[in-house]
Amino acid sequence: MRMELIQPFLNSADAVLAQGLGTPVSIENLSMDEEAYRRKGVAAEVCLTGDIEGRIIFDANEKTGACFASHLAGPELTGTEELIREAVCELANQIIGNAVTVLNDQGFHFRVHPPTLHTSEHGDKSSEDTEAVVLCFSTARGEVYMNVALRYHPRGAAAAG
Amino acid sequence: MEQFAPVKRSGDGQPVRYLIVDDSVFARKNLASMVQSFGGEVAGEAGDGVSAIAEYDRLTPDIVLMDITMPQMEGIEAAEKIVRAHPGARIVMVSSVGYQENIVAALQRGARHFVQKPVKPEVLYEIIKYVMRDDQETAQSAGA
Repeated sequence: MRMELIQPFLNSADAVLAQGLGTPVSIENLSMDEEAYRRKGVAAEVCLTGDIEGRIIFDANEKTGACFASHLAGPELTGTEELIREAVCELANQIIGNAVTVLNDQGFHFRVHPPTLHTSEHGDKSSEDTEAVVLCFSTARGEVYMNVALRYHPRGAAAAG
Repeated sequence: MEQFAPVKRSGDGQPVRYLIVDDSVFARKNLASMVQSFGGEVAGEAGDGVSAIAEYDRLTPDIVLMDITMPQMEGIEAAEKIVRAHPGARIVMVSSVGYQENIVAALQRGARHFVQKPVKPEVLYEIIKYVMRDDQETAQSAGA
């Protein structure tokens, strides 16, 4: 995968997690994933269509998700599964939205679809034209993962409108 | 959350009434606690553009905080329809996707301002004061 497609996601996750959670963030690991995606906890998936096509999955275990929810919305909201899912989806939305803003300003044109909960235990395997990169971030509230599978596909721009 | 000097309506000194539109319950709660820290009142909430139009017609809030990427009808289209029906509507777009095309499209269709998520309360507060300035001007000219 082209590194210039990944870098905005790294930068955005770093900034949004640090600001949103009020805690330092470090990148623990970055690896190519050739196996089928395996969900680790509460996962939100965002699809892109256009010049860049593919999907990004933002994933955190439930304990980490609960920490996010309580930090972002206050202790009175802690606990419910729905709010944990909402917290993970909203973080995914912000991280991916900020990253695609940078990519768009660099000249890549595509459409971002609203986040959806990724409920399958497994996802698709990588393919030759859509390699997946797994980014693992460490925060004081636990580890979070982003699985980014994108391909540059300029012909898609017309179809995406 | 940090407290701010209350932003009031100039005409009657009442709290500014907000309609918060976002498909994420979580984001709506987050924005609601911010506007309450500005002394505002949440008049209503909506989870998509279609509901936002109906809620605007019903509530006529002072300010709409409108997400862009939503199911059924996106925020920019909803903003355009609201402004067409209510030319004085004050709509602030709130989105994590902040590229130039989106901002320009939103402003061309009647939005007053744009703020990118994650929203910093102090940034939104300044935008609210800016967007409400016409209310102050109207009140001043009425009193002159």
